[in-house]
Amino acid sequence: MDIVVCISSVPDTTAKINFVDNGNTFDSSGVQFVINPYDEFGLTKAMKIKEERSGKVIIITVGDISVEPVMRKALAIGADEAVRINMIAKDSYSTAAEIANYINNNSADLIITGKESSDYNGGAVGGMVAEMLNLPFINSCNGLDISGDSAKITREIDGGKETITANLPLVIGGQKGLVEESELRIPNMRGIMQARTKPLSVIEPIKNEILTSSISFEKPAEKGACKFVDSDNVSDLVAMLQDEAKVI
Amino acid sequence: MSVLVYAESWEGSFRKSTFEAVSYACETAKLLNTNVVAISFGDESDDELEKLSIYGANKVLSAKGINKGDSESASKIISNNATDANVIIFASTYTSTMIAPRLAAKLKSGIATNVISIASSFNPIQIKRKAFSSKAIESIKINTEKAIITISPNAFGVVESKSNCTIEKIESIISGNITINGQEIASGKVSLAEADIIVSAGRGLKGPENWHMIEELADLLKAATACSKPVSDIGWRPHSEHVGQTGKAVAPNLYIAIGISGAIQHLAGVNSSKVMVAINSDPEAPFFKAADYGIVGDAFTVVPKLIEEIKKIK
Repeated sequence: MDIVVCISSVPDTTAKINFVDNGNTFDSSGVQFVINPYDEFGLTKAMKIKEERSGKVIIITVGDISVEPVMRKALAIGADEAVRINMIAKDSYSTAAEIANYINNNSADLIITGKESSDYNGGAVGGMVAEMLNLPFINSCNGLDISGDSAKITREIDGGKETITANLPLVIGGQKGLVEESELRIPNMRGIMQARTKPLSVIEPIKNEILTSSISFEKPAEKGACKFVDSDNVSDLVAMLQDEAKVI
Repeated sequence: MSVLVYAESWEGSFRKSTFEAVSYACETAKLLNTNVVAISFGDESDDELEKLSIYGANKVLSAKGINKGDSESASKIISNNATDANVIIFASTYTSTMIAPRLAAKLKSGIATNVISIASSFNPIQIKRKAFSSKAIESIKINTEKAIITISPNAFGVVESKSNCTIEKIESIISGNITINGQEIASGKVSLAEADIIVSAGRGLKGPENWHMIEELADLLKAATACSKPVSDIGWRPHSEHVGQTGKAVAPNLYIAIGISGAIQHLAGVNSSKVMVAINSDPEAPFFKAADYGIVGDAFTVVPKLIEEIKKIK
């Protein structure tokens, strides 16, 4: 069984987010890049499926050479092969088109993306890949059981969950619950050594057709100072929430 | 030319997020001098469909018997009815994150998700959205003739604008590629996505047995309950309550954080809240830098007092 896991290289969740070049460019200086947290749940799930059923896990990333350290980390965690599509991801459509093209030319029984990337938060690549390949798509997936050619999937919905059955191949958008936080794997020394020699192929984009363009970034307005209320006068807080903020 | 809006329903009823999407569509249509067409799947009554006109829908298209979780069918029907739509609007919901991207690829149209305001210009559309887990606001331009927009919850608000409205039944298409077996929904709880008020607690509560006061406060305020990541990781509360960068992003009118220090990842998921209150025994807790109101004090003495004070006004 071939599982393709789409991986984004994103700033660490604790990174300070700043922009340079008049707000046009993310300031990556001093920023540590990591596997997108949602993708990491998907990668770990792919490893577990592979261990139960055999097959291989191929990771795919759209990006320039700067994303390779994160790809090597995914290989060190246990992916078998890596494919980098050599273009800077500009929008969801062009990114999805390149991934779909790769899968069309190769094969995949299961395609896993994160429910979104924690940098641009577009959350659109998985659904677009599914549409381009004419496959079912289940997002916010927090449970997946595969038997034979059939998958039993749960997805998070407002206030609960929904259970779905679909045939492979299909595309899922993963999140916590696909595996637990405690099941995430940290690369060991052997994995890191092996990752150096695992195949990481670089392929050139075919189309790079952009439908949306990023113009600029700004930081959200700073909040005013916190108004402190003495812990003996809790009624003052209630009055402020009622009369000043008008939220209760 | 028209503005098309997906009117999501839950077991035959619309919710605040749908009315917000229709309100947003109405404002957009006014600027474009055109009509609002809403499209709905499921089995709503005509009375329920008619409610969309309160927020400005001029026409409601209704396809019966479609399970909205079947994004292939849903996107196909929307696409078939989008011929003269310039802008297609969705509320950000679990289901729209499946339908909207599919539709964008199908129509080869640019998509902007997490949008926080009305487009600043049309032709081409330029619009602001949240990015970097709410740590930044991005301006983007949609370069295609049709634009797909999903709006961030509670960013625009529900605005009444009564219009005359016709209801039209449209053909259902079912892909048959997936089978939806069923749903499990926790009953009697206010959902995080729709809540106006969220009461959230962290490790400062010391153990799951102390959550009764969080639940009591939430009940009084008709609020949803939430928690920080460490609390869901230890298993004191279910994952579904975890708000923050890797959990849920929420945007209520009021977020009350009790015993949560305010790590940058937690704040990223909650800083779109309109008003934030922090209650923490540590005066140095980073949450106080983000909060509008704060009480430095022990949750075990402050929360019972807060419950008493809320009871007085309810």
